Amino acid sequence: MKAVKPNPEGIATAMEAPEALTATQANPHSADQLGGEAAVERAEASDRSEPAPKPPTRQPQACSSRKPTRRISSRILSALVRLGAFLTATVLVVIVGYILVMGVPSLTPELFAFEYNSENVSMLPSLVNTLLAVLLTLAIAVPLGVMAAIFLVEYTTRGNKFVKVVRITAETLAGIPSIVYGLFGMLFFVTFLGWGLSLLSGCLTLAIMVLPTIMRTTEEALRSVPDSYREGSFGLGAGRLRTVLSVVLPPAMPGILGGIILSIGRIVGESAALIFTAGTVAAIPGGLFDSVRTMSVHMYVLSCEGLHIDATYATAVVLLVIVVGINALASFAAKRLTKV
Amino acid sequence: MKGIKETAAKVLFTAAAGVSVLAVALICVFLFASGIPAIGEIGPIEFLTGTVWRPASDTYGILPMILGSVYATACALAIGVPVGLLCAVYLSRFASPRIKRFLVPGVELLAGIPSVVYGFFGLVVLVPLIRQTFTVQGMSLLAASIILGVMILPTIVTVARNALDAVPESYYEGALALGADHERSVFRVLVPAAGSGIMAGVVLGVGRAIGETMAVVMIAGNQVQIPNSLLDGVRTLTTNIVMEMGYAADLHREALIATAVVLFVFVLLINLAFAALNARSRK
Repeated sequence: MKAVKPNPEGIATAMEAPEALTATQANPHSADQLGGEAAVERAEASDRSEPAPKPPTRQPQACSSRKPTRRISSRILSALVRLGAFLTATVLVVIVGYILVMGVPSLTPELFAFEYNSENVSMLPSLVNTLLAVLLTLAIAVPLGVMAAIFLVEYTTRGNKFVKVVRITAETLAGIPSIVYGLFGMLFFVTFLGWGLSLLSGCLTLAIMVLPTIMRTTEEALRSVPDSYREGSFGLGAGRLRTVLSVVLPPAMPGILGGIILSIGRIVGESAALIFTAGTVAAIPGGLFDSVRTMSVHMYVLSCEGLHIDATYATAVVLLVIVVGINALASFAAKRLTKV
Repeated sequence: MKGIKETAAKVLFTAAAGVSVLAVALICVFLFASGIPAIGEIGPIEFLTGTVWRPASDTYGILPMILGSVYATACALAIGVPVGLLCAVYLSRFASPRIKRFLVPGVELLAGIPSVVYGFFGLVVLVPLIRQTFTVQGMSLLAASIILGVMILPTIVTVARNALDAVPESYYEGALALGADHERSVFRVLVPAAGSGIMAGVVLGVGRAIGETMAVVMIAGNQVQIPNSLLDGVRTLTTNIVMEMGYAADLHREALIATAVVLFVFVLLINLAFAALNARSRK
């Protein structure tokens, strides 16, 4: 350490220090010790300019002057962070507010007529179709997803190759864009299996799409159940299946339900995957093999036609209300179930 | 009896886990079986680097769409990442519980709004606004980027916030004890410590932006051209598919599926990069 050697020049700088010190105090030196690098930098700096041991007066000075004036950069950061949050909130309020203000007056009884025609552009059939799509998709995806997650958490040993493959494929599925799902559904369900544009084709496509969501949330929920539950159950003589069904699953229910509600949101909002699999027929289907149009697709078709702008606003309002309802339900269910 | 039940259950659970493997396999087989021959017929170089897309004369070049997707995603990130990250930091370390009670459900609501609603909002608000401000046609890369930026915002906020919340409290306390103020502790200690999680959010955002279809098709103009400015119309890979799939036949149809193959490969590369990144940061 050269710094120990007293050096006339250095002492001179230390003597002149008062001004230099106040200048550096905008930058409280103790904060510099955060990272090792910064500390080294400081050490080097003191090598260069102040080889003499720290003047004893420096410490109290730094403390007293730091309190009243916060670092400018800190103030800027603090302001930026608030700005970021403010922008996010503003975007939400503007979008939702605009849709509501424009759409609510357009909600007329004709829009909820039982039959759709180009006069009344009723959204009721699409609303019913959306409900059907949600139910059918969940009926397919939830059992599969939950069972797959049970397999991943409860039935595997470390380093199992199959588990790795399942995980990688589930991650891949989660990243695939919905239009690619739509094309796949069109190639496989609609054309290859010959089911045509139908409720079933659409729902199977959606089921594959939400499967990774349900798997992931269920897996997380199962993992958060303490191992002592399982040990206790095994200790009482229960088998693995019984342990899973009656000991591990019940406390994991809130998490699983959260995943299901997330999936409902995705199904309601989906349009790209449905146009080429479920089609755009605006009528309540007579069976699984009839083409249907869900709310989101209905809204897309309306806004493409551009003829019924009021009806489009109204559809957007109903979609928003559904989404808000789903979100409220999710937080309510989460609170309710974690209490028990 | 018990043994049979246990075995049956195990087989059932294993089969359910196999469904996702089967699904990925089927998706690959069906996309590639229709897409790869088309790429072969058109010529991989012509397909990927051609700038002319004219189905009428069997000319299929998707470079404008590839660049369109890349530009739109990059611009969306430029908007969504800073705002999202700052909002996540705010929610994690600055917000009072009362503000959180409103803002957290708000962000969740943003995530839940269907893409057609975003697209429609862009169509009736943003596009006219751009048209009046710059006296251009309005449907543009700019409109698409802004809407995409808003759409990836909740993803980034949620993931980044979870990552920030997962940083041990002792890091923050340690920084404070060393004399750093609140902002400096958060930005110099917590944010770097949550780096990999924040990157995960960004990558998820990239995935969402590059795959978004319906919102973009409504507001991007969809002209096949390499955009020269933010105000030019743009067509992305996704919108190319959704615009023409309805009436396409033969090679045209297969060229569209090949477009989806390119998109699929993009997404796989993003996933791989993300996995590699994550593995490295964990070390």
